[in-house]
Amino acid sequence: MNRTDTDMKKRWICLFVENQTGTLARISGLFSGKCYNIDSLTVGETEDPTISRMTITLTSDEKTFEQIKKQLNRSVEVIKVVDYTDLPLQSKELMFVKINHCTAGDKEEAFRIASVFGVRVVDCDKRRVLLECVQTEKKNNTLIGLLQQNFPNRIEVARGGSVAVEAITINDR
Amino acid sequence: MSEKLPEIRGADLVVEALRAEGVDTVFAYPGGMAIDLFDALYRQDDIEMILPRHEQGLIFAADGYARTTGKVGVCLVTSGPGATNLVTGIANANYDSVPLVCITGQVPRSLIGNDAFQEVDMVGICRNICKYAIIVRDRKDLGRVLREAFYIARSGKPGPVVVDLPQDIQKEMGSAVYPQEVSIRGYKPNTSAHPGQVKKAMSVLNRAKKPVFLVGGGVHLAGAQKEMQQLAEITGVPVITTIMGKGAIPTDHPLYVGNIGLHGSFAANQAISECDVLFSIGTRFNDRITGKLSEFAKNATIIHVDIDTASISRNIVVDIPIVGDAKAAITLMLDQAKPLELTGWVNDIMMRKKSYPINMNRYEGLTPQQVIQTLDKLTPKSVLVPDVGQNQLWCTQYSTLGPEKRMITSGGLGPMGYSLPAAIGAALAAPDRKVISVSGDGGFQMNLQELATAKALELPILVCIFNNTHLGNVRQMQRFFYGERYSSTCLRYRKSCGRVCQQGGQCPAPDYLPDFLQLAKSYDCPAWRVTKPEEVEPVLTQALAHTGGPALVEFLVDEEEVVMPVVPFGKALNQMMLDY
Repeated sequence: MNRTDTDMKKRWICLFVENQTGTLARISGLFSGKCYNIDSLTVGETEDPTISRMTITLTSDEKTFEQIKKQLNRSVEVIKVVDYTDLPLQSKELMFVKINHCTAGDKEEAFRIASVFGVRVVDCDKRRVLLECVQTEKKNNTLIGLLQQNFPNRIEVARGGSVAVEAITINDR
Repeated sequence: MSEKLPEIRGADLVVEALRAEGVDTVFAYPGGMAIDLFDALYRQDDIEMILPRHEQGLIFAADGYARTTGKVGVCLVTSGPGATNLVTGIANANYDSVPLVCITGQVPRSLIGNDAFQEVDMVGICRNICKYAIIVRDRKDLGRVLREAFYIARSGKPGPVVVDLPQDIQKEMGSAVYPQEVSIRGYKPNTSAHPGQVKKAMSVLNRAKKPVFLVGGGVHLAGAQKEMQQLAEITGVPVITTIMGKGAIPTDHPLYVGNIGLHGSFAANQAISECDVLFSIGTRFNDRITGKLSEFAKNATIIHVDIDTASISRNIVVDIPIVGDAKAAITLMLDQAKPLELTGWVNDIMMRKKSYPINMNRYEGLTPQQVIQTLDKLTPKSVLVPDVGQNQLWCTQYSTLGPEKRMITSGGLGPMGYSLPAAIGAALAAPDRKVISVSGDGGFQMNLQELATAKALELPILVCIFNNTHLGNVRQMQRFFYGERYSSTCLRYRKSCGRVCQQGGQCPAPDYLPDFLQLAKSYDCPAWRVTKPEEVEPVLTQALAHTGGPALVEFLVDEEEVVMPVVPFGKALNQMMLDY
């Protein structure tokens, strides 16, 4: 079968793994060894300290994605693979954006953007503003685009990748 | 308070584990960080220790042992270079689903991360080339880790497991209990085939006009050869094999067509291209068998039985997948199998098999075909262990296999130097069978040190070398597809040659290095050099009669001899180049 771009899209995986040293390396190694690209990967302990939970986002075609899920499933360290791609989700990403070399007008602009986008200003001084953005990955991308335009070459971004959980009633990804 | 339970050292628990797992042979090479393990093994008599001459030879021997017995092969080596020398063998076992447990010594925990002497991150190195790799971090985990290692290695789709064991844990006192139960929540291999899927597959098969079975190595791994033959005989469906599946039904069976693939038979590749139902069992549709993917069995409904879900619809889109063990699946199929009316189809295939046989009739002199067929005649009950390259392909093309004559070969990774050490493992595993190692002159030199091991263990292996003084398989590609630019494939080359042959001059043809007869002599092995067709049978008869150690026969083969037919790069299976 030829690979086509037609079914290329953003995919989401929720992964439950053994909380051991080496597991993260095993999972990321599986992606790199087979040339699959990860868009983001987050990991943290669950309510059961022996289990870690990962949220992985990637862009791929259907066939590659099927193979990725199978490869993950057959790994001894992997307890469960859940495909979140077409499920209702609540997902958020933590992102910090620092805006440097601000004039007074720039700062005003930054505060205005923060209030429009519903993100917090958590720190500032005379020439810098620090934003804390807890939103979907998509909204964070939009925000970066806007800040890049308004403050070219003056922003510093630190983002953590999406964390997702299956929604109860409201889909927000 | 209850009485304190008796405690033993980590190394002694390893020995207990080996006993409990039914291990009778360990392939082991000592070193500083494994010395406690060797000491523990010295103090017992249940487990035999085999000392090869190089860790790569060691793991190939364990691999040959595991493939011959179906049991887990156990490797025991030291840290650092001992461990890294296993790496090729681990990848090899992983590709071919061979159950191995590799215990590697490691520097003490306090030194890990210090770039200590002979420290390597073995788990990190092996992560992507084994089924599972783990470092033991706590003495109390040791029993459980070993139990899980053996379970993972042998269950589901078998494979190699690496257990990295720091030296201080080998010494540390702790529980003497080796657990019996295993529970790994992320690892629950499914073996039983889904009856609904089997039913669906059989109803498609039962309506087929031009069906074929494609049988891979999975049928051997599952020990389902008998069931496979029964299924073929009841239905009358012709059987094609991959290299790894060859021998699953006897190759002289009237329903056997031949091998599929790059160097498969014309009749087999043609049948795959024309069939309406391709019923494949235990093959992962490796690129060496499919040819051009878009043309592969393009009119067929494809049924695929495999124990590994990740093998299904990876290369070839499958219509009816059946996940499970080959034996379990075939057993279910047998209940629904019935004779099919396929006379015309089978006749067509067998007619082609007859009209386009694989042969080497181009040359009048000594041919590998003649050697392999003479071996078949002289050793009906044997294990044939080819190396990698032309010699291997010729063995897969010409050998007659069946329940009495097995072949073990590296199908996935293809490491040169596999044959001799793997033959040692096979000979240890099957003392009642003649074991025949077949190598080219290039591959033989990659692990020839193991002649010492074979001699030391008094293994009567027949070692055959096809000496064409070249790296023949690469040379063949250079000849057909690279304008005869023979880059680095002549093993006769000496500095004094310069570029004489490249510039069209007469080859100065210096003597070949080494002289294999002298080499054999230095290992106290008898050796013969065969140059004429009429010498083949008498020499082989003599060499096969030798006991007390290996016997070596060198066959001088024409460097222009090639593996034919071939599917050229990027072509479909039905576009084979039959001759040149």
